Amino acid sequence: MTSAAKAAAPKKSRRGASLQAKKQRAGWIFVLPFIVGLVMVYLPIVVNSIVVSFHKFSPLRNGYALDFVGFENYQYALFKDTDFVQKLVSGIQSLIFSIPAIVIFSLFMAVLLNQKMLGRAAFRAIFFVPVILSTGIVEKIDLGNKMINDLGESAGIDTGATEEAGGQLNQIVSAVDIENLFSNMAVGTGLVKYVVTLVNGVYDIINRSGVQMLIFLAGLQSISPAIYESCSIDGATTWETFWKITFPMISPMILVNAIYTIINSFTSGKNEMMVYINQVYTSSGGNVRSAAMSWIYFLIVMVVVGIVAAIISSYIFYQRKD
Amino acid sequence: MNQAKIKKETKNSIKVEFEDRTSRLERWKLKYLSFNFLGRVIFYILRFLLLLGISYVILYPFLTKITSSFMSLDDLVDSTVKLIPKYPTLDRYRMYITGYGYFRALFNTLFLSAALGLLQTFVCCFIGYGFAKYKFKGNRILFMLVVFTMIVPHNALQFAMYMKFRFFDIFGIIELIKGSAINTLNTFFPFIALSATGLAFQNGLYIFMMRQFFKGVPDELEESAYIDGSGVFRTFFTIILPLSVPMMVTIFLFAFSWQWTDYFYTNLFLPSGKTLLMGNFVASDLANATGQGAANLAAASLLIIAPLIIVYLFGQKYLIQGIERSGIVG
Repeated sequence: MTSAAKAAAPKKSRRGASLQAKKQRAGWIFVLPFIVGLVMVYLPIVVNSIVVSFHKFSPLRNGYALDFVGFENYQYALFKDTDFVQKLVSGIQSLIFSIPAIVIFSLFMAVLLNQKMLGRAAFRAIFFVPVILSTGIVEKIDLGNKMINDLGESAGIDTGATEEAGGQLNQIVSAVDIENLFSNMAVGTGLVKYVVTLVNGVYDIINRSGVQMLIFLAGLQSISPAIYESCSIDGATTWETFWKITFPMISPMILVNAIYTIINSFTSGKNEMMVYINQVYTSSGGNVRSAAMSWIYFLIVMVVVGIVAAIISSYIFYQRKD
Repeated sequence: MNQAKIKKETKNSIKVEFEDRTSRLERWKLKYLSFNFLGRVIFYILRFLLLLGISYVILYPFLTKITSSFMSLDDLVDSTVKLIPKYPTLDRYRMYITGYGYFRALFNTLFLSAALGLLQTFVCCFIGYGFAKYKFKGNRILFMLVVFTMIVPHNALQFAMYMKFRFFDIFGIIELIKGSAINTLNTFFPFIALSATGLAFQNGLYIFMMRQFFKGVPDELEESAYIDGSGVFRTFFTIILPLSVPMMVTIFLFAFSWQWTDYFYTNLFLPSGKTLLMGNFVASDLANATGQGAANLAAASLLIIAPLIIVYLFGQKYLIQGIERSGIVG
């Protein structure tokens, strides 16, 4: 096509571009909005924030002064601040437990909610509620209520803060019960501990998997029903169909959800580390230190995300020839 | 089955009776008194109970919120009243709806959320398609930057972001022309700028979702469209977009509801008009959240959430399996 087109219309030199070059150009056009935003808005903001973390902040009468101090803030966070590293390690440990649980739970619930049943719309609406609760003003109201509950100031009134239901559920299954159950089965204490944390955190897991569930639901709807039909004609059971069809077809969304769950757990406002960084921010002269701390923290999150993405990516199935 | 007797015959249908057919009772027994059927019934019941239980866990905090929002002052101080108020009152709802301008906030927020939600859905779809289907130089690095925007929360960039839009400038060009940078606060420019470039709240997630979805769409679809003479963009709009309706609905629902409940960006970018929007119209009450205040806030959060649930009930109609969307199997 190329040479013929060139000969026919020599003025339009663009037509002569190879298919490869054309595809490249189309790709650039599609991602152009993002590049524009990145260069004009986002990168300047990020660079500004990083540059500030290398400075010493001193308020003046009419503004503030920044003096360059090199890596001092980073050294402070890593070597002088005793809480920072400790909280970092314990935070990462606890997240290793909850993240797989959230992904598996949300996939399971999405498969259930995708089936035809009585009251499906109602159930779906109920499972959408955590999505609203997880952000913005509603979360802020709940956090306020929770603080009051913790202080014990709300006499006689059940404020309905989220933590309360969690507390009630905790009492339903105590760690001792599960330990008794498992001690007869002769499994390691590690597993017992894991199950106990999972069961006690069930309220937390349900409320943190709303977004993931909707993503899985959308992914499930994109699977062609013809595949299921041919499967059932060939006599596959539901179990086989799930592992041979649903699971591979949904695997691209498993990557999205795993990454989103990691990022959301690490950087949500409720995370212990983020709370701590905010505390440092409000302390005197802490805003540059908190900037340094958050960049160390984000770097660690990036490493975690990179490792997980690399592992999951090698197992993903895409319905196309590559 | 040899002797078929015609019972009734019309133009379009015919009813036949076989002499040696199993009786109705026998057939009924075979169908319903089997282990297969029993297993199905048990599965249905268990599934229903599981969903009911989890729904209870999700809704329990709301139960107390709903009841406490109807409690009068007497009920709040009465320690014997736990869930059901003795003297129910609508005063809280009346206060928010008339005194705080609930409907004004509702319509403003509805407009802003719908507009930004649509913009974000479309832009993220567009960008995600570029990342999924085209191999160009820098694709991987740019996509890593998308994930980077997911990782760094906007709260951490609050100050820098405020300064950026307070003194908005593009590499000093505007200052050269106009003499000073533009103050874009108290306009919708920051919202539109962030949404149109895929940088608004959680847009990295939307781009990621769309990319993964489009990666799963077989290339043959586009190839056949190209062969039929359709251009890149026409293929995208007429072939690819209709395929991705469930994804787009989901993204729109996220974008809509997160913009709806947002207070961070409206606080940052609209300092003077913020109380006209849902996320901030209760801001003055946030400080006192004890007793009466907590019950007020319970009513307020119900008023904020209720319209979103209605929107979701409409939206989830589009989340149905069973529509053949791609023409290619396997």
